[in-house]
Amino acid sequence: MSAPTTQRPETSLAREVMALPTPSIGRRILTTIGVQNISLLIAIIALVAVIGSQNPLFFGIDNVRVIGTAIAVSGLLAVVQTVVIIMGALDISVGSIAGLASVTSAMIFTVAGPLLGVVGALGIGIACGLLNGCIIVFGRVNPVIATLATLAAFKGIAQLVSDGRAQGYTGADGFFVFLARGTLIGIPVLIWVLIVLAVLMHVVLRYTSIGRNIYAVGGNDVASRLAGININRYILGVYMMTGAVAAIAGILITARTGSGQPVSGSEGLELESITAAALGGAALKGGKGTIMGTILAVILLGILTNGMTLLDVNAFWQNVAKGGLLVVAVIIQQLRSGERRIGLPA
Amino acid sequence: MNASTRTDNTAEPDGVVLSARQIGKHFGPIVALTGVDLELRAGEVTAIMGENGAGKSTLLKILTGDYQPDSGELRLGGEVMNFTDPAQSRAVGLRVIAQEPEIVPHVSVAENIYVGAIGHQGLLFNRAKLERQAAADLATYGFDRIVSPQTIGSQLSAAQRQVVEIMRAVIDKPRVICFDEPTSSLGDEESALLFALINTLRSEGVAVGYVSHRMNEIFRLADRITVLRDGKLVGTKAKADTDHNDLVKMMVGRDLSQLFSRERQVAGDPVIELQDVSTDDVSNIDLTVRAGEVVGVAGLVGAGRSELMKAIVGDLPVTSGTVLVKGKPVRFHSPADSIAAGIGFAPEERKAEALIMQRTVRDNIVLAILPKLARGFFVSEKREKQVAKTYVDQLRIRTPSTEQLVKNLSGGNQQKVVLARWLAHSPALLVLDEPTRGVDVGAKAEIYSIIDELAQQGVGILVVSSELPEVLGLSDRTYVMAGGRITGTLDRSEATEESILALAMTDTRASAAL
Repeated sequence: MSAPTTQRPETSLAREVMALPTPSIGRRILTTIGVQNISLLIAIIALVAVIGSQNPLFFGIDNVRVIGTAIAVSGLLAVVQTVVIIMGALDISVGSIAGLASVTSAMIFTVAGPLLGVVGALGIGIACGLLNGCIIVFGRVNPVIATLATLAAFKGIAQLVSDGRAQGYTGADGFFVFLARGTLIGIPVLIWVLIVLAVLMHVVLRYTSIGRNIYAVGGNDVASRLAGININRYILGVYMMTGAVAAIAGILITARTGSGQPVSGSEGLELESITAAALGGAALKGGKGTIMGTILAVILLGILTNGMTLLDVNAFWQNVAKGGLLVVAVIIQQLRSGERRIGLPA
Repeated sequence: MNASTRTDNTAEPDGVVLSARQIGKHFGPIVALTGVDLELRAGEVTAIMGENGAGKSTLLKILTGDYQPDSGELRLGGEVMNFTDPAQSRAVGLRVIAQEPEIVPHVSVAENIYVGAIGHQGLLFNRAKLERQAAADLATYGFDRIVSPQTIGSQLSAAQRQVVEIMRAVIDKPRVICFDEPTSSLGDEESALLFALINTLRSEGVAVGYVSHRMNEIFRLADRITVLRDGKLVGTKAKADTDHNDLVKMMVGRDLSQLFSRERQVAGDPVIELQDVSTDDVSNIDLTVRAGEVVGVAGLVGAGRSELMKAIVGDLPVTSGTVLVKGKPVRFHSPADSIAAGIGFAPEERKAEALIMQRTVRDNIVLAILPKLARGFFVSEKREKQVAKTYVDQLRIRTPSTEQLVKNLSGGNQQKVVLARWLAHSPALLVLDEPTRGVDVGAKAEIYSIIDELAQQGVGILVVSSELPEVLGLSDRTYVMAGGRITGTLDRSEATEESILALAMTDTRASAAL
């Protein structure tokens, strides 16, 4: 028996196959988008073609801006929801955290100015996320149940502190107006916030040890633990990060509406975020998903909503269309997985 | 030690009830059974013995219809049976008592016993009547002392679950009943009741099959003993024609395979020492591994070997005793601590505990050393690929590239990915739990030579294995465990399959129900 370091003929073949070729430009673009996202891209192109042929207003720069600002808030939540889902968990409370952050940012702003308003809202968001994480890790509560509970509780707190009404008036404050209507290089600040967060999360997931460990925890938590990953720290950290981003979303809601909104503007965002993540290819069992996929899904959903509005499609039918799109997309993904059709899907 | 309690109406076996002829079964490339014959006769207890992996459980699963044999035939009362489903074997009076029974967690013992056979009155079933009947049936066999009909399934102990499973079978009045290591989860009292039950069944003319590792049980209960080894029939003997040593020889007697290369140097200083270590699962463990030494841990399934390994790497808490790494006392609170101390651990359940199946070979190899490869938080994919490729080459992992998903690799190559993960960490101690389980023979030999080479490089290696030739071939020293304790330590010169098996079958329960 030869020692394992000696070379055998077959390894030379492996070496040839494994030599890393310099990828062409086209291949690079493909790698960046991700092969699994091609179908989303095709869907977007098809949708744009259909809607654009029916209503030329669709291609106007103003309309593109409308779509962009409309998806900014739900896009933020979809991006962090993707991270949570990759880790194998779920956060249903993001909408409620956004609502709570919205009212508190406006209330603190009223007495202490915009900076403390933003910092205070962020602090509250992080605290909410930490509470979610603690309930899950130390209370051993399933993430769906835990955040379903805090979805109700955080919403209740937002209604309690605001007495159920919009709070403060930020519509005259330069900072909040800049957030809501300002532009940088012609692109609305709202969209910049989403771009910055999406790029940041993409880089973290793809190029840092933190991101790689999040995939590992979602893929196999026991193996991750035995490989020395402190999985509790990751779960708490991801939920705190999610709380912080939900708070940013809440601050943007305050900026757009000119006052702190306990419920309106944030209710239902949790489901939109999960829809976008699932449509973007994130697997609810964890370990799989990309920010690129989620962003494409957010854009697809944004265009769908906008286009159907332009084409005068009844709002009720819009909901049916979104639901249908999600089911069809996931069925297509699952068909490719080749799983046997017995019992509940893995 | 036998005759006093045995009912003696079994002297004239009135014929074969169940016969299996030339049974063969393979799973992919792994041959589980070839040409096995088994006869179970009315009013007789036939013991089925063999080492771990000899094919006993596979044989039982073929009897029940869980598996279908690739060759051979099964006859019950002279008729050929082709079971495709366990329900079919139950319907014709053939029952196997599962080692780990399925218990419905939220309903009572009474409902669990009559599961599938609950009598209905209109749409409702009569709970009180059911419980009365269960109580009566339990009392018949003395099990009413062990478990009450009202207890909820999820609250049952392992022994009580076993009792429920036994009752399910017995109330059916089966013609054939097989027990798969029934006493492994039973205490003394339950075991004694079980033996009485088996004697009753025998006197009622039931054909009984009894799988067990425990010699004294076998000699107390069995009329005939069938021995399997490596999926083949070694032979069947009447109890009077054999003894303890003879059975061990039949179970073991194979040539040491020529898979092992050994070029060992003199062992160095201890890399890990356990002094009187206890955990929830193991007690008073003293164990040392030196640099450059391969230390085996043998024992039967359930002896506490895996639990000890998990305690060593910090995944299960050490409750008392001292652990020294390179002479310094340590207390690990998590695997991260033991990894930092230079310990690598390849757990028993490769897919469930070691690998992230839907990630790449590269991701899995660098998992434990990501912080080392990272600059700040940023990891360089290029460096990762270099590291991964180094070990793919060195361990000859057969994969088209480092970017292949681990789930697409064969079992042997998956195991090499796990080894690569820890080699990349340059460990002082490598803990390997069943490193060659589910691995084909070629990959096995490669894994052995990797282990040998690591030892030559001065790594201390602790190997748990249920395959005795593997333990003997690899180990410089072997610890044998039974019942959560180390029952003996054998140097290379003293270790034989017989000596290991004798220590592994040491009854740590002193006078178990016999």
